[in-house]
Amino acid sequence: MKAIDYSNKTHYRTKAFHSPFYSRQEPMNQLKEWGRWSDYLSPHAYSCASMEYFACRNACSVFDLTPMTKYHISGKDALAYLNRLVTRDVSKIKPGRVGYCVWCTDEGRVIDDGTIFHLSENEYRMCSQERHLDWLLTNTIGFDVSLTEETHEVAALALQGPTSCATLKQMGLEGVENLKPFGIRYFSFENTQLMVSRTGFTGDLGYELWIDPDHAEVLWDRLFEAGHLHGIQAMGDEALAMLRVEAGFIQAGHDFMPAHQTVRVSHTRSPYELGLGWLVDFKKPNFNGRKALLAEKEHGHRYNLVKLDIEGNKSACDSYVFTKNKKLVGTVTSATWSPSAKASIALATLEAPFGRPGEELLVEIYYQKELKWSRVMARAVVVSGVFFDPPRRRQTPAADY
Amino acid sequence: MTRKQARDIIQVQIYREPNRVKKYDAIVVGAGHNGLTNAAFLAKAGLDVLLVEKNDYIGGATVSLKKHKDWVYSNCSYVCSLLRPEVYRSLNLAKYGLQVVPYGGSATISQNGDYLGSYVDPDVSRREMARLSPRDADAKVRFDRDIMRQCRFIRQFLLRTAPDPTSFKPRDLMEMFYMGKQLLNLGEDVIYDMMRLYTMSISEYLDEYFEHPLIKAAKAGSGIIGSAMGVMSPGTAYVLLHHAMGDVDGTMGAWGFARGGMGAIAQAMADCFEDHGGELLSGSGVEQITVRGGKVTGVALENGNEYQADVVVSNMTLPRTFLECMDQNDLEPDFIRKVKNFKIRGSSGKLNFALDGLPKFTALEDNPELIKGDLHLVDTVERLELAYDDWKNGSWSKDPYVDMLIPTLTDPTMAPPGKHFMSVFVQYVPPKVNGEDWTSDHRDQFGQTVIDKIESYAPGFKDLILHVEIRTPRDLEDDVGLTQGNIFQGELTMDQLLFNRPIPGYAQYRGPAKGLYMCGSSNHPGGGVMAAPGANAAREILRDMRKPKSVPEGWIDD
Ligand SMILES: Cc1cc2nc3c(=O)[nH]c(=O)nc-3n(C[C@H](O)[C@H](O)[C@H](O)COP(=O)(O)OP(=O)(O)OC[C@H]3O[C@@H](n4cnc5c(N)ncnc54)[C@H](O)[C@@H]3O)c2cc1C
Repeated sequence: MKAIDYSNKTHYRTKAFHSPFYSRQEPMNQLKEWGRWSDYLSPHAYSCASMEYFACRNACSVFDLTPMTKYHISGKDALAYLNRLVTRDVSKIKPGRVGYCVWCTDEGRVIDDGTIFHLSENEYRMCSQERHLDWLLTNTIGFDVSLTEETHEVAALALQGPTSCATLKQMGLEGVENLKPFGIRYFSFENTQLMVSRTGFTGDLGYELWIDPDHAEVLWDRLFEAGHLHGIQAMGDEALAMLRVEAGFIQAGHDFMPAHQTVRVSHTRSPYELGLGWLVDFKKPNFNGRKALLAEKEHGHRYNLVKLDIEGNKSACDSYVFTKNKKLVGTVTSATWSPSAKASIALATLEAPFGRPGEELLVEIYYQKELKWSRVMARAVVVSGVFFDPPRRRQTPAADY
Repeated sequence: MTRKQARDIIQVQIYREPNRVKKYDAIVVGAGHNGLTNAAFLAKAGLDVLLVEKNDYIGGATVSLKKHKDWVYSNCSYVCSLLRPEVYRSLNLAKYGLQVVPYGGSATISQNGDYLGSYVDPDVSRREMARLSPRDADAKVRFDRDIMRQCRFIRQFLLRTAPDPTSFKPRDLMEMFYMGKQLLNLGEDVIYDMMRLYTMSISEYLDEYFEHPLIKAAKAGSGIIGSAMGVMSPGTAYVLLHHAMGDVDGTMGAWGFARGGMGAIAQAMADCFEDHGGELLSGSGVEQITVRGGKVTGVALENGNEYQADVVVSNMTLPRTFLECMDQNDLEPDFIRKVKNFKIRGSSGKLNFALDGLPKFTALEDNPELIKGDLHLVDTVERLELAYDDWKNGSWSKDPYVDMLIPTLTDPTMAPPGKHFMSVFVQYVPPKVNGEDWTSDHRDQFGQTVIDKIESYAPGFKDLILHVEIRTPRDLEDDVGLTQGNIFQGELTMDQLLFNRPIPGYAQYRGPAKGLYMCGSSNHPGGGVMAAPGANAAREILRDMRKPKSVPEGWIDD
């Protein structure tokens, strides 16, 4: 069954729907602070964002990602279709594997980023932050594919953190420890199929679990039962925001504007400008934006998205970034205190050519102490790696903690 | 404001006998909202200003009137979005009692009992569209973006005088350069799109985004409001833009109600004008703008009084100003020909209802949100095109496009509690019926057509009617002075926009005689309750007088 249904006119009475996990989330959500993620209510934090963050880095945490947009793509030309759509070579994503990708307009401007799950031969799932049915259907012209949105047909949880594998084993998913990063495995679970992918948005050891909405509650229950002795906790989007910046992941609407929503044309970005040049594969004969991106590769791009390590401990959210000579060169798009790196970290968009690894910059931070505002020009350095990158993230078979 | 105060507001009549021999710095003819804006800015700049209005009420098409007991009608314009916020602030209209309250939503009801709703909540709106077409719901993101891109471009020119492209004056050259620069800033795709948007029909334009007939019909309506063009006529895509470029509290494309009806806008402007020492004279119209030796000398009223000034500003339509209120010998034949050719065909009518209770639209199933917004009764763009065919054939549409609103669901000042004022804007209604002047029989038949249509979607509606005011283009011309009843004081087509509005060579608010200015919607940037023509004209007048800059110019947003 679908998780939600708005085929009836009366849908307007529900401004935000309950996720299929709601009956379990609601009692755990001690703060009663719900945000809205597209069609669904989504908890900002259940009890304490910082504790939820540490559950993820120290034990394991559960995040409901049902609201994420999901499309199902199948048919004889599914691969050819996706290869035209996205910039990377999808033929390298074998059945049972997942790949991160971006897709662009004809002008090479990023529409969104997301993940492609190669479910089986000629069958894919594509997940993204924004909605793209119109664009995806426009792109089907000339391809023998069928494309449907399945956002509400699939319930999904992310189980992330060092004890996530142990928890899944405890739940009875035999051999899950052998699943490689970006791999997919199917398990039979409570008389249905549970899909497990070793993916996530935290940069840690972790899995995403996909199931039909009717089995959502039992999945949640079994997971918490199994994770009980492994420190499992439910986690809201506040903790996730910290985790993803530590992992260096960008987010649509925060670190870049999706091209289809961007009124000011110059505010759109190319994959190069988001540090995603590695996702552009010119060996493919044709794909959306190819010509424009080739020209951009030759002539250079306008912006660099960089990671900053900033001195001090003041949050650098929404700050301006200057060169050491006080020339304004960009802005911070996401920032957090990193409890794992014990550093103030940020993602920032800088005018090219600024932002070379090792470059020293200044970040203008406004902060408040007991209602009094102060300003500091904090020194920052451009770093090339991610802020927190534990070996357990890649290790296979996955360890128990 | 209590209802009593609201009532008082619309009933003020200011009769003051100005000093006959006295010469004013400026006389403004017409107290429409643009005349009021213009007069207020001139008075604020220290000029001695006389504002003359033919009616015994002010506001022109921006008016609240009592036609039935305690009911207040916004009997012409009924919703506010275009009103430039810069004017609002500069004239301090809030201080003079103006409150603009946003309302949300709309419903387009189809004959099969379904509808497309648009809600204040964007997620609900998206799901509602997805209910009809999931693809269209996502395509709307691109549609909104593209419309917004064009609006951002136009908005910067609303409070600017259009440059004369044939002039070599530094100012015109600089303004052309500025426009060019802004245009290039848009990026090539947006430039291509602009040329297309300005020349396409709304129907074709919507085809590029949407597939569902009801969704297209819902969006197409704002392409024909006030236009003597059909949804399939080239040029209607721009009209949609004209309705999308306003805002309420910075939300572009949003619409609101002026508390107390649209007359509250005019009243606040009038209070501002008088507060700055302006004199308002209502109840007798200008018969002639007097000219001697190529210079204006003042005005002569229908009641025989004459007033002098070296500056006369007309808020009247272009044809009314030059063909009716000036000696044709003071004008040149080519100019007169162009004025006669100015496209100002009437195409709209209006019904204002005092209702005993809230109508029940069957399809809406008591949806309390949608009933507060604009209601439309149409299924397809084809049906809209057929409505236009009737107009071409010299008759009102037998199946008209209506934009209905019940302001009293939002504004408590306009009717007794539980009772309602319903405003029904109607497209298409011709300026003449089969080439003949409107008769009162015709008017009743036209009204009945509209009432019957509403009744068929809201059974029992007729029984709620306590009073109805039926306004045809002829009434709009007779009462408000809108030539042929055109609501925008001239059609919004490319051939008469920007530096061609109202006519080539006269787009900078100056008339053919020295000291003669124009400030009505016939001028750039056109109709709607926007106050931009009035403000722009004031800026030009003060400039000619070498007064310091005091009228807002350009755009404060980005
Ligand atoms: C039925 C209808 C519905 C509309 N709906 C909307 C809406 O919802 N929202 C919106 O933004 N716009 C709407 N409009 C358009 C908008 O109302 C007009 O474009 C705008 O009000 C015109 O203002 P104006 O000051 O330029 O001219 P007018 O309002 O036409 O004012 C001209 C004034 O000059 C006076 N006058 C004429 N001749 C003489 C004379 N000889 N001597 C002295 N005075 C004279 C008239 O009496 C009038 O007061 C609507 C218009 C109509 C008619």
